[in-house]
Amino acid sequence: MKEINELNLPDDVRYAEDHEWARIEGDRVRVGLDDYAQDQLGDIVFVELPQVGAVFKKGDAFSTVESVKAVVECYLPVSGKIADVNKALEDAPEQVNQSPYGGGWFVEVDPDDISEWDTLMTNAQCLEKLKGAA
Amino acid sequence: MQYLPHTDDDVRTMLQVIGMDRLTDLFSTVPEGCLMKGPMNLPESLNEWELNAHMQDLSGRMAAAPAFQAFIGAGRYEHFIPASLSYLLSRSEFVTSYTPYQPEMSQGTLQAIYEYQTLAARLLGMEVATASHYDGAAALAESLLMAVRVTGRGRVAVSRLVHPLYRQTIQTYFRPTGYDVVELPYLEDGATDLTGLDQLDDLAGVAIQSPNFFGCIEALQKAGEKIHERGALFIPCFTEALAYGLLKDPGSQGADIACGEGQSLGIPLSYGGPGLGMIASGKTYMRKLPGRLVGQTRDLQGRRGFVLTLATREQHIRREKATSNICTNNSLCALAAAMYMASLGKTGLRELARLNRDKAEYLKSRLKNAGCRIPFDRPTFNEFVIEFPPDFEKTRERLMAKKMIPGLALKTFYPELAHHYLVCVTETKSRETMDAFVKEVSS
Amino acid sequence: MNDAPGTTGLILNEPLLWEKGKKGRVGFSLPRRDVKPSPLSPELTGDGPDFPDLSEVDVVRHYTRLSQWNFGVDTGMYPLGSCTMKYNPKINERQAGLPGFSGAHPLIPHALAQGALQIMFELEQYLAEITGMDAATLQPAAGAQGELAGMLLIHAWHERRGSRRSKIIVPDTAHGTNPASAALCGYRPVAVASSEKGVLSADAVSEVMDEDTAGIMITNPNTLGLFEENILEIADIVHAREGLVYCDGANMNAVMGVVQMGKIGVDVMHLNLHKTFSTPHGGGGPGSGPVCVKKDLEPFLPVPRVVKTDAGYAFDHDRPESIGKLQAFYGNVGVVLKAYSYIRTMGPENLKKASHLAVLNANYIKEMLKDTLHLPFDRPCMHECVFSDKNQAPHHVTTLDMAKRLMDYGFHPPTIYFPLVVPGAIMMEPTETESKEDLDRYIEAFKAIVQEAGEHPDLLHEAPHKCKVRRLDETTAARKPCLAG
Repeated sequence: MKEINELNLPDDVRYAEDHEWARIEGDRVRVGLDDYAQDQLGDIVFVELPQVGAVFKKGDAFSTVESVKAVVECYLPVSGKIADVNKALEDAPEQVNQSPYGGGWFVEVDPDDISEWDTLMTNAQCLEKLKGAA
Repeated sequence: MQYLPHTDDDVRTMLQVIGMDRLTDLFSTVPEGCLMKGPMNLPESLNEWELNAHMQDLSGRMAAAPAFQAFIGAGRYEHFIPASLSYLLSRSEFVTSYTPYQPEMSQGTLQAIYEYQTLAARLLGMEVATASHYDGAAALAESLLMAVRVTGRGRVAVSRLVHPLYRQTIQTYFRPTGYDVVELPYLEDGATDLTGLDQLDDLAGVAIQSPNFFGCIEALQKAGEKIHERGALFIPCFTEALAYGLLKDPGSQGADIACGEGQSLGIPLSYGGPGLGMIASGKTYMRKLPGRLVGQTRDLQGRRGFVLTLATREQHIRREKATSNICTNNSLCALAAAMYMASLGKTGLRELARLNRDKAEYLKSRLKNAGCRIPFDRPTFNEFVIEFPPDFEKTRERLMAKKMIPGLALKTFYPELAHHYLVCVTETKSRETMDAFVKEVSS
Repeated sequence: MNDAPGTTGLILNEPLLWEKGKKGRVGFSLPRRDVKPSPLSPELTGDGPDFPDLSEVDVVRHYTRLSQWNFGVDTGMYPLGSCTMKYNPKINERQAGLPGFSGAHPLIPHALAQGALQIMFELEQYLAEITGMDAATLQPAAGAQGELAGMLLIHAWHERRGSRRSKIIVPDTAHGTNPASAALCGYRPVAVASSEKGVLSADAVSEVMDEDTAGIMITNPNTLGLFEENILEIADIVHAREGLVYCDGANMNAVMGVVQMGKIGVDVMHLNLHKTFSTPHGGGGPGSGPVCVKKDLEPFLPVPRVVKTDAGYAFDHDRPESIGKLQAFYGNVGVVLKAYSYIRTMGPENLKKASHLAVLNANYIKEMLKDTLHLPFDRPCMHECVFSDKNQAPHHVTTLDMAKRLMDYGFHPPTIYFPLVVPGAIMMEPTETESKEDLDRYIEAFKAIVQEAGEHPDLLHEAPHKCKVRRLDETTAARKPCLAG
């Protein structure tokens, strides 16, 4: 597993408590799992995604991710309606490990309130939090 | 005592290492108020020879073949088990091994169960079969719960011709869940009446047994079409797995989940247990299946090997969100079934299934000619319902005296069938025995 | 390493069943056809499954070779915590195979099944006595089903009193089947943490126990191998709010003849015949999970009950308050027979001795390995002890690596990564049937492995080296499942 200073935490996304990331893309928000989470989970074998059109509030469980020996729930960082899901993850869940901020994205959300994004952590804040917990 | 290898010396040395004086000191962390004051009230130990005599005596107080000829099926079937099977099943590497969580030293069990899964899937015409469940009743209950999980709906329908004890088991599993179980009645010809389906909404799954409890073969394809029209999962189940050596398999008839009892495949009667619960589905539902699954993979050197897989469905990982609470499967029973299917092969299975049906048809027609009534029209496999003449009690006593049990009286399960019996004939019943049965009925 | 039991030997490769055989071969002696064919209508007739055709020699060689790839208790030691992999007496196999038992149909009249009925009746009594309870059922097919039965019994008991409770307390050390079984019964598990001593504290339970909690599921001794010393107080707290105490009896092997659960506040518990009572594991089953209860819960037990009348033993189906059925028939009788034989063979003295020796063996291992592996709870343990891989972290060697290397030494690894409260947990339960020499060999092997961890960590990272296969790709097996050939 990676050391904290080896983690990739880009600055064009914001981070949630449980290590989901969110990036603004036009009027939508794209969501995925950050480098720390994918590294902790190990080889990801399956990602269960919601249906397009499903509605969630910030903090609701919207996806489950399975590695060989563990399963975790992911919580939506912003409230809204699911506009698109990354179908590629069905056949290639390893994208989450290999490209967590790129090809490993989970969903795109039509957000209810874009200001929720501002309340998420910056990469610096996320790094501080991880260092604090270590 | 031959299972306790410690000598007094061993105990002394080991206690010294631990820093204790007596064996009783080992329980120093147990509060005084929790300790037993006297000995357990159990019978004194028997040596091997006394145990043999005792068990021989008790075994002698059981009615079993060949001394007794029981024409009973009803969820548990008497079939011949080859000596090769009993011999192979006694290999202690199979018997005394643990669940294959450490696959490198369990490839025997893992490949054998993978083979069982494959043969079971082929028998039922489905894409994926699990590594086995407790018995047919538990398997059916789990399959119905799976249908609820998959569809998100809250009601299931179960034919009244599904085994009565299976239906009771379903009630037990379903009662605390709040989901609804509706019973479907049967028609005059001995098949399930599906007309009531149109009135049911929120339907997750429908279970139809074939051959059903009356031994009748249901029209599964039509049933499946109707059930799919309601958006529910079609769950054909069975108690006599051997039937699929001859009948059209559930997969070909549109089954979403096929489940039932595999005891016929090389597992002895054993007064009702253990059994072999079977569940199979299409690949679409693979991740929603309860129970263990063995998958094929490769090792570090690229060699083929097998592992337990999709474990994240199971209790030890997902805990309260698991697809089921099941931990053990019935591995050794699944192994017996795989050996049985392997020994019979495609050719042997076909002939054995044919023989079962032909023998049952023989007895059925002879009993009919002897004055009994066959109430249900639908074709049967190796079981059928028969109405004996009203004064059958005397005949029954004579049959029992001749050590023949003439089937299962149906009135406890189906009060409307007061004089009816469910008669089963497998390959274990010779023509002579059947003729003797008919002779008593005729006289 | 040279004296360790693990060595290499010639075993044979063996293809999958459908990769061998030839059409027309048969491995079964088909019974004589003495009746005419009665063809079934083509509408109902299928083609039959696509099975290979094999001779008896094909089948016997196949399974003989496969068996040789397996490790079993008869091969060597299985120190699996909470599994109680004790020796499986062969004489018990013989009893289960007696034709009167193996050839008996469950639906024959009672009068013709007195042998089995007597055994079932007596075994229920023995299990009730061992656990200090009032009644038992042999119907559950395995421990997990026994737990489900326990939950259903608790549910029924509350229902009869007109109370609907939605929660049940589950300690953080519980086996996964506990919350899974509770959930199947509609109960929401409420977690309670064990104290730094590794046991439940009465205060922690008191904090979560309320009138919406049906009861508590405890394991005693718990999965850390420690006796739940506050159990009397905890039971009182739960009972005071009219909850019930369920005990997961998987660890009963530690306390036979020493503690009767029914006398220390437990209302209902399950046992694992394939653990404490020596019936074989069979590579994953069949097991048997009898449930023992206090008088108050007896009316709810699964139906039918075995009763003793003037006319002999019989089944009583008239049980209006019963939770119903968990299996079609009466339980795994084939397994039950073996447990009965075991208890008759051991008798009360030897069962008690077995528990003492099981606890002795575990404490011995704990003492001998505590300078080698990190021991999170350095106190006397019961029949199992828990270590962790903390000391090996500097070498980047994990519990998994050590477990895999242990196979090369000729031992089955202990339970790993459970209980969850100890990161990198290594739970060892030798059982009483392991001799001191075998324990010493095991201890030596672990010491050698820990040394290797410091000097040649790669040997562990790539272990096992001597088994039929090397480490397997479980990731691909889960990503692209191939579940049938």
